[in-house]
Amino acid sequence: MTPFMDKQMFALVGGVTALLVIASVAGWILSVAVTDDRARGTIKNLNARVKAWWVMVAIFGLAMATGGIGSVVLFGLMSFLALREFITLTPTRRSDHRTLFWIFFIILPLQYVLVGIKWYGFFAVMIPVFAFLFVPLRSVLAGDCEHFLERTAKIQWGLMICVYCVSYVPALLLLDLPGRANQNAKLMFYFVLVAQISDVLQYVWGKTLGKRKILPSVSPNKTWAGFIGGVVCATLIGTGLWWATPFTPWQSAGMSLVITLMGFAGGLVMSAIKRDRGIKDYGHLIEGHGGVLDRIDSLCFAAPVFFHLTRYYFT
Amino acid sequence: MIKRLVIFIARLVSGSGIRWQGCEPVPRQRVYFANHTSNLDSLVVWAALPPPLREVTRPVAARDYWKSNGIRRYLACRVFNAVLIERKKPTSCDNPLADMIEAMGRTHSLIIFPEGGRQPGCELAPFKGGLFHLAKDRPDVELVPVLIENLNRILPKGEFLPVPVMGSVTFGTPIRLEAGETKCTFLERAQAAVKNLSHL
Repeated sequence: MTPFMDKQMFALVGGVTALLVIASVAGWILSVAVTDDRARGTIKNLNARVKAWWVMVAIFGLAMATGGIGSVVLFGLMSFLALREFITLTPTRRSDHRTLFWIFFIILPLQYVLVGIKWYGFFAVMIPVFAFLFVPLRSVLAGDCEHFLERTAKIQWGLMICVYCVSYVPALLLLDLPGRANQNAKLMFYFVLVAQISDVLQYVWGKTLGKRKILPSVSPNKTWAGFIGGVVCATLIGTGLWWATPFTPWQSAGMSLVITLMGFAGGLVMSAIKRDRGIKDYGHLIEGHGGVLDRIDSLCFAAPVFFHLTRYYFT
Repeated sequence: MIKRLVIFIARLVSGSGIRWQGCEPVPRQRVYFANHTSNLDSLVVWAALPPPLREVTRPVAARDYWKSNGIRRYLACRVFNAVLIERKKPTSCDNPLADMIEAMGRTHSLIIFPEGGRQPGCELAPFKGGLFHLAKDRPDVELVPVLIENLNRILPKGEFLPVPVMGSVTFGTPIRLEAGETKCTFLERAQAAVKNLSHL
């Protein structure tokens, strides 16, 4: 299986590379041309983001080039880092220690093993059924009832967002699309591209035209102009990429719209959690972006919905 | 080799969470004073320093703990060159303060934990007087507050399997003993300096 040598795949990777070249050149021109101090800060952040994008695209590309296993391992690692950020910022008690050990070192790897061996039936229920029952059971054995419901909910949420939802991205590889054997890597690329470009375009539109904030109490950076501009443009780009997917152009437009809207919802919900904890970013692993969880919050919400829509209508 | 490995592991624990908030990592004589929640504390703060500073910085640690077995003794004496002090029953000839001042000399910095022992919760215990006496005896030395967070969650007392939460080490703005300041107010101010570094 060499999905990477596929002509369409080549076009997708080439397109993204071209986009990054344009963004880098634009960022360089802006950094030379702009002298206003406040704008300079924004441009510095912009250039840090572009640089980080090069690294992220390179890592993602490499993972895809290894076939299925590379992607499973990559998203497994991202889940691990995201869960680490999530649990770090969530106060847990001493008595949760053993439960936390289980979720990091047993449940998380198991979920990705299930994706790797393509066992869909168990993959879909392992966390929401078995792990969700196991977590409170393991915690109760520690004999500490204080804030029990709260603690359990936090750990379950961490698992849900950082592990279960993220694992749906590489799970796109296990879909059995009729007449499109070995072409799932393109579907995964399409999904990640639309979700991430929607984030980027919302940021760009928001920074250039954004005035009215959608929910200032949740996120000061989400504006109506950013939201509408980002969703419309990302949907158009997604529509234009229909040839890489099992969808017709209209179906591709619908799917892209769903991805962008769910991505926006993910960003909003994850912002609310950050606000609740009194922080701005989940971490500082990716320069300009924050932590891993800040970068993948849109994927978390979009991936399961995109997966199940595709599975229901196209397999 | 072992030294490098230990530093690598300690850096992994604190991850990218090393922040210089109130001062720069410059080579001058300092006393870093930190909260104490885990046995990893002295190691992690020491490893968080850039190599040239690390070479001349010695953690102050309890002799009864670090001499209790071979591995600990090796780590304390060979790896991070600790100043081991008696904390149970100091006598005039076995005086921790004198040991610390002697260990500093004119070149070395120290890492101390003025709470005197590991604390179970997140609350800081009142500081012991050693810091005040150090400040009085060596007014030329910078006193840097350091806040260690989350290490007790990685490996709580009595557990043997670690959980990979991110620890963090924050270095704050140096404080000094003001003219006429009493021991009590100085220690309270020092404690507040550590506490205020919390970013959550």
